[in-house]
Amino acid sequence: MVMSTSDLVIDVQGITKRFGGRTVVNNIPMQVRRGEIYGFLGPNGSGKTTFLRMLCGLLTPDAGSGRCLGYDIRRESGEIKKNVGYMTQRFSFYEDLTIEENLDFVAQIYGVPQRKTAVDKSLERLGLTARRRQLAGTLSGGWKQRLALAACLIHEPRLLLLDEPTAGVDPKARRDFWEEIHQLAAAGLTVLITTHYMDEAERCHRLAYIAYGNLLARGSVEEVVQAAGLTTWEVTGPDLPALAEKIRGQPGVEQVVAFGMTLHISGRDAGKLRESLNPWMTDAYQWQPIESGLEHVFISLMETARDNFS
Amino acid sequence: MKLYQFNWRRFWAIVGKEFIQMRRDRLTFGMMVGIPLLQLVLFGYAINSDPKHLPTAVYSADNSVFSRTVVWGLRNSSYFDVIREPRNEADIQKMLAQGTVQFAVDIPVDFSRKLLRGEQPDLLLEADATDPSAVGYAIAAVNQLSTTVLNRDLIGPLAGLQGAPPPFNLVVHQHYNPENNTQYNIVPGLMGVMLTMTMIIITALAITRERERGTMENLLSTPARPGEVMIGKIVPYITVGYIQIFLILLAARYLFSVPIVGSVSLLVVLAFLFIVANLAVGITFSTIAKNQLQAVQMAFFFFLPSLLLSGYMFPFRGMPVWAQDIGEILPLTHFLRVVRGILLKGNGLVDVSPDLWPIALFLVVMLSIGIKRYRQTLD
Repeated sequence: MVMSTSDLVIDVQGITKRFGGRTVVNNIPMQVRRGEIYGFLGPNGSGKTTFLRMLCGLLTPDAGSGRCLGYDIRRESGEIKKNVGYMTQRFSFYEDLTIEENLDFVAQIYGVPQRKTAVDKSLERLGLTARRRQLAGTLSGGWKQRLALAACLIHEPRLLLLDEPTAGVDPKARRDFWEEIHQLAAAGLTVLITTHYMDEAERCHRLAYIAYGNLLARGSVEEVVQAAGLTTWEVTGPDLPALAEKIRGQPGVEQVVAFGMTLHISGRDAGKLRESLNPWMTDAYQWQPIESGLEHVFISLMETARDNFS
Repeated sequence: MKLYQFNWRRFWAIVGKEFIQMRRDRLTFGMMVGIPLLQLVLFGYAINSDPKHLPTAVYSADNSVFSRTVVWGLRNSSYFDVIREPRNEADIQKMLAQGTVQFAVDIPVDFSRKLLRGEQPDLLLEADATDPSAVGYAIAAVNQLSTTVLNRDLIGPLAGLQGAPPPFNLVVHQHYNPENNTQYNIVPGLMGVMLTMTMIIITALAITRERERGTMENLLSTPARPGEVMIGKIVPYITVGYIQIFLILLAARYLFSVPIVGSVSLLVVLAFLFIVANLAVGITFSTIAKNQLQAVQMAFFFFLPSLLLSGYMFPFRGMPVWAQDIGEILPLTHFLRVVRGILLKGNGLVDVSPDLWPIALFLVVMLSIGIKRYRQTLD
């Protein structure tokens, strides 16, 4: 696919960061287009947060270069910070300030023109105008998250970096949150979001998966699934736990996962997998090949990564 | 690298935020004003290194005009309050042991007889000297008393028994605080003690709290520069420091009537150096401390030697050399000299300058450690 560079909001190569002797982020490239929602996935401690911090200028990469919003990530972090909204994993606004004071403070820091109006508008959009004088610390988790998002947006950034924004938020609030993210993206805002949730990953336009600091896969959901080359069989029948025990460890069988009343068995070598499963393909069980899901793919990637890098 | 540009708008945003937080945190704010007041009352009114009216027992086996004059003289010195008249030596020992009295005066049976014979009788003054500073002045007063108290009674034919005049007259001028008024020394010194304590604890806490709650990361992802954040966070506390200074100056002047001889404005200007030196310690501690509890512990770790070795509580020159050497490093030691010098002695800038550069040196060293460590914590 040919892309003009001006379309790329994030365009970095070879980003590397070491803490002590440990490489936390290893040679990671990333290209994100304008208006795109880019999902950044990986297990805990895989270097996602460190990567985000390097993008917004909080950390300096040990190696690698590139541009974010057209600014050099090494030399122009000041300009980048002005145009990026970064939402940290933990609620990191002031709990002893009111909702309004928090928004006003952020607006002041960014030098938002007509601050008063901007804060009022933001409060209105949040639906918190009536509770503006409430201390932020007294808000529930979902509301805190909405406040944090509003604070990140008050200076009208061109790029939004969200670090696990929906951790600990109930499903309804999560859905509303994603609704808003899609609206913002439709209006031209670029969003880079880290998450653990597969349903959220599937809501992203494109994905990157990293584990142990290494980029393992990237592309659209379909591309990632396809690239993994995983074959998955679904089986139903009597006494599945016993079957799972027997199948696990057979050559070619990489994952055996219970999904409700079924078992999903996946492996990258389709032929070997079929061969190993053959003894149980009797009338007692109903077998059918299914499409591998993202979760199968990510678990497979993670296990491969563990073998290769850790 | 782009030239560092200090942005006043962002700086004021942080100052404003800090003031709001200070106002919300009633307990800490109360502590910042309450501790000075409490210390003023405790140290100012309660501490007295020249105690008077000490409880005294008098056992007089000699009922004469002379023994009565001696007792009267003791009373009159204002150091001794005769509250007990024990009947025998055992009673005296019991009273001293139980702490009922600080002194016991034992006038022997043949006191007046020996006196009249010119035999220089003994007069026993027993003291509970567990706390040396409590009895020192009183004993000095008795020594002086012994040569003169009986002169009024030894007249006429007895005049020959009067103490011989010393070969020379010793003239003592106690400068700056002739009445040995402890408050004159303590209250100005309190300014330094209080600034050390609050400035270090409060800055260390304010910065550690920001990191502990994760708000520092958020703040630094905005265009706000580390310098703006740092200075914006400490300026409100400089204001608090000055509020404390004025509280103490007011108390010194109107509650304790400390003579303010020197220039208050000079003191106010020089205090800035000291305040910033302490803030630098607070910043350095905040870069080491992992949480607020550790920050407070470290602040006390610094505060205690400051209190003990600076010459605030105990005479600086009374300490062994190694302790004096440690004391010389601490900014409080020098600031105490500056404050007492300006307020009590009327010192000018030239007089206090030998104590300014050690504070400045301390500030430079601390600040460079603090800034270096602060940078590391970001990356």
